[in-house]
Amino acid sequence: MNGNPRATNPIYRRRVWVNRFNLVMSLATMTFGMAFLIWILVTLFGKGFAALSPTLFTQMTPPPGSDGGLANAIFGSLMMVGTAIFIATPIGIMAGIYLAEVGRDSWIAKVTRFVNDILLSAPSIVIGLFVYAVIVFQFKQYSGWAGATALAIIAVPVVVRTTENMLQLVPNSLREAAYAVGAPLWQVVLKVTIKSVRGGVITGILLALARISGETAPLLFTALNNQFWSTDMGAPMANLPVVIFQFAMSPYEDWQRLAWAGALLITLTVLLLNILARTVFRQKTQ
Amino acid sequence: MSFQVSLGSDANAVANATKIKINNLNFFYGSFQGLRNISLDIPEKQVTAFIGPSGCGKSTLLRVLNRMYSLYPGQRAEGEVLLNGENVLDSSYDLNALRGSVGMVFQKPTPFPMSIYDNISFGVRLYEKLGKSDMDDRVEWALKKAALWNETKDKLSQSGLSLSGGQQQRLCIARGIAVKPEVLLLDEPTSALDPISTARIEELVSELRTDYTIVIVTHNMQQAARVSQFTAYMYLGELVEFTPTAQIFVKPQDKRTEDYITGRFG
Repeated sequence: MNGNPRATNPIYRRRVWVNRFNLVMSLATMTFGMAFLIWILVTLFGKGFAALSPTLFTQMTPPPGSDGGLANAIFGSLMMVGTAIFIATPIGIMAGIYLAEVGRDSWIAKVTRFVNDILLSAPSIVIGLFVYAVIVFQFKQYSGWAGATALAIIAVPVVVRTTENMLQLVPNSLREAAYAVGAPLWQVVLKVTIKSVRGGVITGILLALARISGETAPLLFTALNNQFWSTDMGAPMANLPVVIFQFAMSPYEDWQRLAWAGALLITLTVLLLNILARTVFRQKTQ
Repeated sequence: MSFQVSLGSDANAVANATKIKINNLNFFYGSFQGLRNISLDIPEKQVTAFIGPSGCGKSTLLRVLNRMYSLYPGQRAEGEVLLNGENVLDSSYDLNALRGSVGMVFQKPTPFPMSIYDNISFGVRLYEKLGKSDMDDRVEWALKKAALWNETKDKLSQSGLSLSGGQQQRLCIARGIAVKPEVLLLDEPTSALDPISTARIEELVSELRTDYTIVIVTHNMQQAARVSQFTAYMYLGELVEFTPTAQIFVKPQDKRTEDYITGRFG
């Protein structure tokens, strides 16, 4: 078959088998992980698509036993998530710029980075409780603003981290070149370094958006819920995650169907954001 | 030790005013001393080359001249670097203004992530308020000076990153010239380029000498011989020898210089 003596060398043969064994093991573990993901998605898509209907987007969340939709919850989620990202983006980007371009190895930057990492992995329910204590309890009022604040606190560290990481990818030679023409720091950052990783920074914002659009715990204590159409950010506000939480736990079948539909909507949104982040804005970082 | 250039019968070299005067310069990376007691007069409107083995401090010395090192905490310089008689190492000397007067081109081409036009106008806008047509003229002037105009005049709005390596490096030179500096620092500007691009850059350096004081760091001794009027040989952070280029390659004064340029460097 093969005249090359190396092919029958016992040490080499052993390597071939070890290689095969490892390949099979890694494939098996991958399949194990993927199986659960696919199981979740199949269940969600099956039950969710069955519950999808145009009235989801036009009718309010109903009392048990009657028809309804998720219009108020969809709108409330959009409002709060949008506000949260609107607040978190400038704070996160500026903090990221500080860490990567200004503070770097100073102790204040190190402390900020450490605190940001803690915030990044803080359980969201803790952040919900914090906003409850600081805003809801003070004003004796559940509100959309409180919900948006909680979501913004969750989004900020994500944006900080990705902005800093992206800026660290900028080669020092480019940074030096910008300083070398006599540009001050803010020009170097705005016109050169941030610009060269714009795609990555936008990706970070989209991922933060995806992260907070499914958060339930921080909204339970802050925005609460609202059965009716409300555009008042100063009042309790309906939102998809809390509606899903309440409806899915209920014994009423039509509520459970709406919960599946809501879960599907969130999943599709997050999926879309991830695809956007990974395709549209990807080339620009490379 | 101090080196005053004594001009012999060298036909090329004309007696020149000193543009940058370096006095007793010491440089530290943290606790490591990168430059030891350097004193050197860089002549105006001439090309001065720094040569020496890797790690000898030639790039370090170049980066002191526009204080590029100050981006990095822990790096510091002691001594004097006089540009037009003023010590640029003084903390009161305006850093951005210094870099406007002392431009720099790096080893790897570093076009900014913007159009060819904006790559050049970026630096100009920092110090001058020019109208559209004046800015157009300036961009054209700089690109012509850098021998890049013919290749780019029809695609000024394209990204600077779309150019080839050699073109990118000429764009960086154009960008450096556009702000009308007095001194141009070139840090191994051709080490990432092919021989043809290298030859173009070398030609360019020779042409630019009429208007600018140029300091070039190079690994390539033939390059130093081709483009420079004066050459400084550095070794282990010290300035070993500084003479007209014609002299250093023919009749080096120091044994260490001779070993290096004859390839007997251990």
